[in-house]
Amino acid sequence: MTVLLEARGVGKRFGGVQALKDVSLTINAGEIYGLIGPNGAGKTTFFNVLTGLYARDAGEIHFAGSPLPLGEPHRVAAAGIARTFQNIRLFANMTARENVMVGRHARTRAGVIGAVLRDGRTRGEEAAIRRRADELLHYVGIADRADDLARHLSYGDQRRLEIARALASEPKLLALDEPAAGMNATETAALRVLIEGLRADGATVLLIEHDVKLVMGLCDRVAVLDYGEKIAEDVPAAVQKNAAVVEAYLGGSLG
Amino acid sequence: MMDARRKANLGALLIAAALVLAPVVVGMSFGNAWVRILDFAVLYVMLALGLNIVVGFAGLLDLGYIAFYAVGAYLYALLASPHFGLHWPIWAILPLGALVAGLFGVLLGAPTLRLRGDYLAIVTLGFGEIIRIFLNNLNAPINITNGPKGIARIDSLAIAGKPLAKGIEVFGFTIPGLYLYYYLFVALALGIVFVTIRLQDSRIGRAWVAIREDEVAAKACGIDTRNVKLLAFAMGASFGGVAGGLFAGFQEFVSPESFGLMESIMVLCMVVIGGMGHIPGVIFGGVLLAVLPEVFRHTAAPMQQWAFGKVVLDPESLRMLLFGIALIAVMLYRPAGLWPDPRHRRELAARR
Repeated sequence: MTVLLEARGVGKRFGGVQALKDVSLTINAGEIYGLIGPNGAGKTTFFNVLTGLYARDAGEIHFAGSPLPLGEPHRVAAAGIARTFQNIRLFANMTARENVMVGRHARTRAGVIGAVLRDGRTRGEEAAIRRRADELLHYVGIADRADDLARHLSYGDQRRLEIARALASEPKLLALDEPAAGMNATETAALRVLIEGLRADGATVLLIEHDVKLVMGLCDRVAVLDYGEKIAEDVPAAVQKNAAVVEAYLGGSLG
Repeated sequence: MMDARRKANLGALLIAAALVLAPVVVGMSFGNAWVRILDFAVLYVMLALGLNIVVGFAGLLDLGYIAFYAVGAYLYALLASPHFGLHWPIWAILPLGALVAGLFGVLLGAPTLRLRGDYLAIVTLGFGEIIRIFLNNLNAPINITNGPKGIARIDSLAIAGKPLAKGIEVFGFTIPGLYLYYYLFVALALGIVFVTIRLQDSRIGRAWVAIREDEVAAKACGIDTRNVKLLAFAMGASFGGVAGGLFAGFQEFVSPESFGLMESIMVLCMVVIGGMGHIPGVIFGGVLLAVLPEVFRHTAAPMQQWAFGKVVLDPESLRMLLFGIALIAVMLYRPAGLWPDPRHRRELAARR
């Protein structure tokens, strides 16, 4: 098994709050890796540090054999990490197709001169972007909504569109921040099918999720964060029995 | 398919005919003063299209845009007037003007990259004023801009050594200079429209809109927001620089007072009232706001004379009053502008 991502001693502080403390974890290529923990445990902070939205204070992250750039989200995206957001962040006034087309940005090159002259290469690239966007919309199951504005899509479809947009950058690692948040049981089940499909197609997924059933059912390995520290990392069944994890979620034993 | 293409061709033909005939019709019906107003309207359309890239596409509120118009105008004035004894030709100055204004765009953009909305507006407003104040004061110790007196006797726009102002003779007809200016301006404005349309429907155009819609998500999609924003500033500014050069060669005189805050606000209003981000809307807004005030200027006094027997409100204040009311009305009833992107119009209709 090859290691895709290795984080060592990652720390992040906001003023007096130590949001992440000495977090180390490794994600292997091809696995679905869950990141769970109580509210405020630092899961999303870890995501933001990983994807470059926040600069980390300490530690190193190696991805696909090279160190990840600090605080430069667009370079992280180019390196091959794509993400979705806990509170959906689509380009609301663009169509579903355009949203996914923007997702191709890191893998395409056309600049101003190409755009104005519309030479053969630019036209070819543009057609390929469009074709790929349509394929991805089909893949996540919202091909029929391609020409609708993102804001008009249902909640579940917006989640799917965000995943399609993330996939458009051909990520080596797909990071999903609570993809099932706010979904009903049917939507969650459909999401699970989608993520299982991603695994079958060889994707590596980092998943933050509150829905314990979803995490335990989907993930190959799970890490648990509590107060910014990793307190466990194991296969789901072992994590469920881990005393520290139970304490973090349910509180210490009485008396 | 064929039918749609035919329709498009017909539309283009009609627009071309209207553009060619406009000064003739206007000149014959209302006189040459109105052809001059038409010339200015085309310059304003160029400015509005340039600002639209920054405000409409990339969503960066810029209140100092007229500074780039000033840069283009002064560059022309300095390189083609007795002030320095230079007399460069138009084909050298206009591209240089676009380039220099574009550089100024980057210069303004660089320190404001982290700002958005109100804060960006305040900084850009300051930048516009700085440029104007510089122009006002750069007459000492070395006289560069001739200060508040401005630069006069600028070479009038000339093509292949022939000044347009004198008119040219074609088949025995003399086409007057004002018409020639109009055709030159329209040709360049069409070039700007072409570039804008191409940019809008491209990887760069999508990146601009993505930044407008959600900057964090745009970054996460791999967009280098710093460079893409700077590009928007530079492109927008370069259009302003071209328009400025034309303005200087047309007026044959520039002074700092042509580039005040009111002008920036005027251009912004053209973009907002026309329909932010929608090219036909922005063109419409530019023409409307360039022509309407002139209509008021010419009709307000006679109409009051006729109605009340005297002029109650002087036309200038009345103009601003009506302009303010119109602006409020547009914001209340057509918040997306008078001619918004059909997609967004559907949005607004759906929300009602």
